[in-house]
Amino acid sequence: MTISADFKKRLKYFDLELSFSCPSGKMMVMIGPSGGGKTTVIRMLAGLETPDEGMLRFGGEVWFDSRRRVNVKPQKRRLGYVFQDYNLFPHLNLYDNAAFAAVNKKEVDSLFEMFGIDHLKKRRPHMVSGGERQRCAICQALARHPRVLLLDEPFSALDVVTRRGLREEIKSLKGKLSCPIIYVTHDINEALFLADEIVPLVEGKIDENWMQRTITREPGEGMMTRGAREPRLSLVY
Amino acid sequence: MDYLALYVTLKLALITTVVLMILAAPVAYFLAFYRFPGKSLAEALIYLPLALPPTVIGFYLIIFMGPRGWAGGLWAKLTGGSLLFTFLGIVIASVIYSVPFAVQPMKAAFAKIDRRLLENAYILGLSKRAAFLRVIVPNSLGGIAAAAVLVFLHSIGAFGVLLMVGGSIPGETKVASIAIYEAVEMMNYRTAGLISLSFIPISYAFLLLVNRLNEGARA
Repeated sequence: MTISADFKKRLKYFDLELSFSCPSGKMMVMIGPSGGGKTTVIRMLAGLETPDEGMLRFGGEVWFDSRRRVNVKPQKRRLGYVFQDYNLFPHLNLYDNAAFAAVNKKEVDSLFEMFGIDHLKKRRPHMVSGGERQRCAICQALARHPRVLLLDEPFSALDVVTRRGLREEIKSLKGKLSCPIIYVTHDINEALFLADEIVPLVEGKIDENWMQRTITREPGEGMMTRGAREPRLSLVY
Repeated sequence: MDYLALYVTLKLALITTVVLMILAAPVAYFLAFYRFPGKSLAEALIYLPLALPPTVIGFYLIIFMGPRGWAGGLWAKLTGGSLLFTFLGIVIASVIYSVPFAVQPMKAAFAKIDRRLLENAYILGLSKRAAFLRVIVPNSLGGIAAAAVLVFLHSIGAFGVLLMVGGSIPGETKVASIAIYEAVEMMNYRTAGLISLSFIPISYAFLLLVNRLNEGARA
């Protein structure tokens, strides 16, 4: 199943206009400077914001079509969405958060084991670290058997060491999931490490030269040595 | 000591609290989460009982619930009875009189809920109603409880509105505040003193509870 989008939306400082697609089992990383429209795109995929014009399809389903006035509610899209601040429910412990919309509650135990947080089941979100909250948010998203997984800068609030560990976990998770994964970040290292496909988004448009310009200007440590493993930088219009 | 009046008072306060918690919650939700034309006018109308003298509210309720009034006329057609000078009549009066005390704290509590939690609930498949019950209510318990306590206290203290709408029928509409007034009129200070004294621990305990709830909500 492939998710394909073709959006236009007028934002405060620029017009957002892009199209892309991401097939099952692949991770598309949307990268670009802050304020470039990445989060708006991911929110439009989730149905939390409405494009002005365009079309969004998942496999044979139409989730949004401005011409036919189709706009499927977020509840009906069955996505997993890991928010930037995780948005875990403060009145529930980690286990109940992850099991909140689980298809099979027994799976939550194995997810907690997989992410190494099974000893924290009874803790409330404010009683654990950012990395542990992030793992719980991923469990919550996965327990719903999402058809598309969206991750919006999930590491932005974490320290470097935790980020590195979680990055590995996301990478290994990618191999186990058979849905399209769309990951938003402004960290080039993260994008190069995780992506099957990179979509650089600058002021609402895909800018194929942005990565090159940024890397040339600020060669990140370790980035050059990873050259051989760099993902294909393919742009889809 | 007029135990019957105390019983009517507590029964009235309890019913008013339950009715208002059910009716005011969706109103508070609507005011906290939606924008619509005339919202500030509607909100001012809901809070109007706070600003009006109880006798003015009582007067309009007599008009509204009297045999020629909209509600009173309809009730008479349906049941053949009257709303005025009945327990049901003072329940309606008490509910209208206490509406602001239910809506305002609940609206404030709902408005504090992080909208992103609701977005997460929708992503996880919850309808708006389910999100209200499973996310908003459990995260607003302090505000909901504070609203319930305020309504209860306001109801047990009501006097003018209830006297105008219900009169003073023992066991039916004669509440403790009316019993105190009548006892004083008859120079029966002992009875008035005993009923008044019974209010102090109840009101004090409930106010302490409100303070604890507010502190809990701030923490």
